[in-house]
This record gives sequence, C-alpha cells and structure tokens, in this order.
Amino acid sequence: MQRLNQPKYIILFSLAVCAVCAIFVSASAVGLASRQDANQLLDMQKNVLEAAGVKAPDQQMSRKEIAAAFENVRPVVIDTKTGEKVEGVDPETFDQQKVAKDPKTSHAVPSNPSLISRVPDRAKVYEVRDASGKLQMVVLPIEGYGLWGTLYGFLALDGDLNTIRGITYYKHKETPGLGGEVDNVRWKSLWDGRKAYGPSGEVEIQVIKGLAGPPGEAPYKVDGLAGATLTSRGVTNMLHFWLGEQGFGPYLDNLRGGEAHG
Amino acid sequence: MADEKKKILLDPILNNNPIALQVLGICSALAVTTKLETSAVMCGAVLFVLVGSNVAISLIRNSIPPSVRIIVQLTVIASLVIVADQILKAFLYDTSKQLSVFVGLIITNCILMGRAEAYAMQNGVALSFFDAIGNAAGYSAILISTAFLRELFGSGKLFGMSVLPLQTEGGWYNPNGLMVLSPGAFFIIGTFIWLLREWKPEQMEEE
Repeated sequence: MQRLNQPKYIILFSLAVCAVCAIFVSASAVGLASRQDANQLLDMQKNVLEAAGVKAPDQQMSRKEIAAAFENVRPVVIDTKTGEKVEGVDPETFDQQKVAKDPKTSHAVPSNPSLISRVPDRAKVYEVRDASGKLQMVVLPIEGYGLWGTLYGFLALDGDLNTIRGITYYKHKETPGLGGEVDNVRWKSLWDGRKAYGPSGEVEIQVIKGLAGPPGEAPYKVDGLAGATLTSRGVTNMLHFWLGEQGFGPYLDNLRGGEAHG
Repeated sequence: MADEKKKILLDPILNNNPIALQVLGICSALAVTTKLETSAVMCGAVLFVLVGSNVAISLIRNSIPPSVRIIVQLTVIASLVIVADQILKAFLYDTSKQLSVFVGLIITNCILMGRAEAYAMQNGVALSFFDAIGNAAGYSAILISTAFLRELFGSGKLFGMSVLPLQTEGGWYNPNGLMVLSPGAFFIIGTFIWLLREWKPEQMEEE
C-alpha cells in the first residue's frame, strides 16, 4: 500500500475525483437548466394569476391552462421614479431580484417601517387587459419585512386602481400556523373588494388586530393574523410603501391619467 | 450470505436506527417533517445520495489515499447532493421550494459521512448498496412517522388532504401549534427513542 501514500499519487487521485465530480455536476446542471427555468417562469405566472384571482390557490392547473390564462396578462417593465413604461427591455428576461440588489440599477429610499433600503429603478408589473385593451387589473410585486425575514408577493388592484382584488405571498419565512397564515386561503379571500386608497388619495388599507367585517362595512381594514402582530404590521407597512410615492405611486398615477384621458 | 444481507438491510430500521440509536441526521428530521410530502421527498433525496455515495466510495475504496479519504468522501457526497437538488428543481419544483436549503444540507447530514467512513470504506459494492438502502429506510421510518404525527395534529391534514377539519375552516379540530414548530419534532423523536429503548433495553447507553 506504499503507492497510496505517495504525494504524486494523492494529487493525481484528488484531481481525478474532482474532474469526475465536476463533469457529473455540470452535466446535470446544464442538462436540467431549461426545465428549471420553465418551472420558475411557470411558478411566477401561477403566483400572478393567484393574486389576480384568476386561479384559486388550491386549484391545480396544467402548464397549458396556465399559459392560456396568461394570454391576457402582459408583463410590463416600468421606471419606478417616473412611473413610465420603459421601451426596449424584454419583460420576459427582466430579472427584478437581480436589479434590486445591484447599486447601479437601484436607488436608496428614506428609512421606512418596512425596512426597504433600495428600490430598483425598473420594476416588472403585470397588466391584465380585456379584448378591447381596457385595463382590468394590475398586479404589482411587493416585498417587505415581517417577523423573521422578507416576505415576497403580489398585490392585484382592480382596473379602478383602488379596489384590491387579491394578495399572495410566494416566499416568506414566517412562523407556520401564526404569521405563516399569510398563505391561508381564507385570510387571502378577505382582501377581495377592500379599498387601498382613502378619499384623499392616501393609502388607507391596513391589517388590524381582530376582525374587520365585510368589505362594505370596513373597506380599509383586513382581519389581523391571530398571534402574529409583527407579520400583520409588516403586511400593512409594505402595502403603504409600495402603493405610496416611493413605490408604485407614480406608475399608478400615470395609469389613472391615461385611463381618464382615454 | 443471504442472512447477512437481510441483517444489513433491516438492522438500521429498528436495532441500529441512524436517528434513534446513533442520533444522527436530527437537524433535517426537525426541519422538514411539518408535512408528509416534504418528508417523503427528503427521504427520497437521502436515499439517492446515500446509495450513490456508498456505492461510489466502495468502488474506489482500495484506491483512496488514507490521508485524503474524508475529503474524497465529502466531494462525492457534495456532488451527489447538488445533482439531487438540480433534479428536484427540475421535476418537483414546488416541493423543492419548500425544502429550500435542507436538500443542500444533506451534505452535512452525518448519516452520509458516517456510512461512507464506517461501512463503504471497508466493504464490497453489493454490501454497501444494501447498507445504504437499510440506513435510508431507517432514516425514512423516523421521518415519515414524525411527519405523520406533526401534519395530522399540527395542521389536521395528511399529504395535504384535510383529515381533521380545522376550526378556522368551519370544522371542530383545534390544531396543536407546538406540532408545526421544531420543538414539536424534538418531543416526538424523543418519545420514539424512549419507547424504542424501553422495548430494546440493549440500546440504552451505559451510565
């Protein structure tokens, strides 16, 4: 067994093991990449459709059905400061997570309760239009701090840009059974029909402690998550941020102007 | 020979369970057992990696220089884990999202290194293969039964299907919040270990 202890042998053996493993790993990564990308895209589309209420959260949809339902949904890349559409950027390949982290493509914002430090200069939103091109819904990406970490999700606003159609979170670290109930289908269904903005144009929607009642009686309030004060507050904070001036305020103003002038 | 294989295959389930007797692989047993679905996928991933690493290490066991054997084992295990993670992302995307880092953490699951170092380094390919299956089965037995109890009493569901209708959804069952948190798994696994050692006193540690 002298051979096994020679430095030359050890180095060659190690190199051989590394080479074989590297080939094995890269082959699987490259070979499966297209499938993984397709899954990611599909997952994002599913979340958008869920926020928009087109798909029920527990509903199983095939790839084809999702693609068909997504026909009316148009991803649009906007400038978050001016709220205008950015031409010449392919929304399909636009990666918001990436640009949000890069200091070159994002800007700092004043300190806020949602602990959001940077907002991407450009953001991808989804517009749902009917056959005549009339805006039916707009789905906005939202994120903000809860208790344990950042919650990532989507908020769907009606064509009137005030009535909330749905909210969904696709990634969070909240406690299962408490803050994790942001995934609860029943809680999510409470959002449909509430109003985001008050008569003066300020963001009024908030998650309260306890029960809020039907949207007709309490248009600006949503039931709190029992035992999860900080998650509930986090949801309120992030909605105030993203619906406000630092978030999608300018974009929504533009849409309102555009719709009013026909 | 047939008896020996049977012993290698079945021993890790009750007599020499990696979790219950050796108390290895606890972290993943706490993290992924809130639901049966995630546990089952995790067990599948561990089975894949364990069989792959035991067979691969056993194949080259006579050529591995003793001075670098641990790092060689780790390289093989890490590669298999990455491949398992890639496969899950491609074919079971939703579950892999819920498992998040825990598939990657199979690398640090002591069962893998333990079996490679203690068994595959000394034994032939066939025996190592059975040893891997047996240990993965022992690991899975604990994971699945823990997940069964946690999902049933924590969320009133089994494999995502409602079994005990929850009060919040108009039923009668008030879920046990402890079950969905990691300490719940501690209590369950602790109880398993206790019961197993009462039944088989030879597993008790000496004072």
